[in-house]
Amino acid sequence: MSDAATATRRTPLYERHVELGAKIVPFAGWEMPVQYEGIREEHSAVRRHVGMFDVSHMGEVEVEGHDALAFLQRVLSNDVAKIEIGGAQYSCLCQEDGGVLDDLFVYRLGADRFLIVTNAANHETDLAWLGRQSRQFDVIVRDVADRYAMLAVQGPHARAVLSSALGIELPPRFHVSHVRVGRRPALACGTGYTGEDGVELLIDPEVASPIWAELLDAGVVPCGLGARDTLRLEVCFPLHGNELTPERNPVEAGLGWCCKEATGFVGSEAIARARAEGTAETLVAFTIEDKGIPREGNPVLRDDEQVGVVTSGTFAPSLELGAGMAYVSTEQAEVGTEIEIDVRGKRRRARIASKPLYAKRS
Amino acid sequence: MAEANYPEDLRYHEEHDWARIEGDQATMGITWYAQDSLGEVVFFDPPEVGATVQKDSSYAEVESVKAVSDVIAPLSGEIVEVNDALQDNPEKVNEDPYGDGWLVKVRLSAPEEAETLLGVQEYRKMLDR
Repeated sequence: MSDAATATRRTPLYERHVELGAKIVPFAGWEMPVQYEGIREEHSAVRRHVGMFDVSHMGEVEVEGHDALAFLQRVLSNDVAKIEIGGAQYSCLCQEDGGVLDDLFVYRLGADRFLIVTNAANHETDLAWLGRQSRQFDVIVRDVADRYAMLAVQGPHARAVLSSALGIELPPRFHVSHVRVGRRPALACGTGYTGEDGVELLIDPEVASPIWAELLDAGVVPCGLGARDTLRLEVCFPLHGNELTPERNPVEAGLGWCCKEATGFVGSEAIARARAEGTAETLVAFTIEDKGIPREGNPVLRDDEQVGVVTSGTFAPSLELGAGMAYVSTEQAEVGTEIEIDVRGKRRRARIASKPLYAKRS
Repeated sequence: MAEANYPEDLRYHEEHDWARIEGDQATMGITWYAQDSLGEVVFFDPPEVGATVQKDSSYAEVESVKAVSDVIAPLSGEIVEVNDALQDNPEKVNEDPYGDGWLVKVRLSAPEEAETLLGVQEYRKMLDR
């Protein structure tokens, strides 16, 4: 095994996090800040102003070559041919049986050049899978995770603050542009994981620290993985390892929209079947009606019978109540259905709600 | 409160709980260290008045956004009052863990158990280890 699999790793911003008094936790083999001042404050900074997350633990894979498009069309669930140069697209990486190995964004940097951003916990397995799948293709799959530090700057003021603090031209939503940050080449991506507008910066690790300091000075609130989780949960973005696993296909996870079976990708037959026949279980969002906070693993009950299990649960700061996502049997998955969550022996009344749980009032 | 604080007049349990003993009753709560480790408290599910609590056993839970923490009874007895104000303002546990953030009042069934609890110096020493 490589060192990455055994030793915990630190991002180029680790010292900055410690200086700011962050609580550091192990996450997917990395020592990451879970919170600085507090999850609620950080959450609300992103909903109302602007916050930044060090997400340098996420992996990057470059795919280049004559067959780059054909290869990605084969391994990714979405229609990769639809991405123009400078575009971005969300996709699942599936096994033959439709199970989800990872969910990721792919950015088209050139006609024959793409960048994939992987989940930290899956980076090595994704690389191995992509390497095996690439054998029939004229393509190079390159691990470029060490080339980038990644900063997610998110919130309604993210674009204004970024363009004035760094003087860069920002791409529209779901696009990527080549910029210079700290006098080094960088990528600015119009993507995020919070339900707010924002930009994800892929920058040279050597300039991560001064850029972080510059953004702090500009009033951007440092945010940890805790707020990242509550923000994504309120807008019902799935998390690989919780809602998405190799044992679940995208259809039951509500990600049928990013599966284009006509492209013939790995897993497309199984997914077409799941779509046609329906799935036994469906991923739903729910809110607690009264009190209590649901947690991952809590049983979901209806009329005293278990009908599902919670995959993510938390106190949702913008909703000010307990909320979560759960897989429940498809017959019980209708919005409005009253359910109970067994929170460590206490039954909490809940109701299946429409996604997203939190929507911006405009 | 932002700075670590451990009042002199309390008895401490190694699981980061405190007791303020007054006659045959004690007020109980969690220490500054416990609330700081947990983060912002967003939910306290109080036990029922009349329930018995057993020294060294969990009698309630406090929850932050991310985590659940058992609250361990430093002493045994029967709950005579719970802090209902925490229903609407659980953050008082963070803001004032030894005052408005108290959790329960207990009529002690074995007051002599107090001798096994830590004084402030001993508790601080334990935290430093």
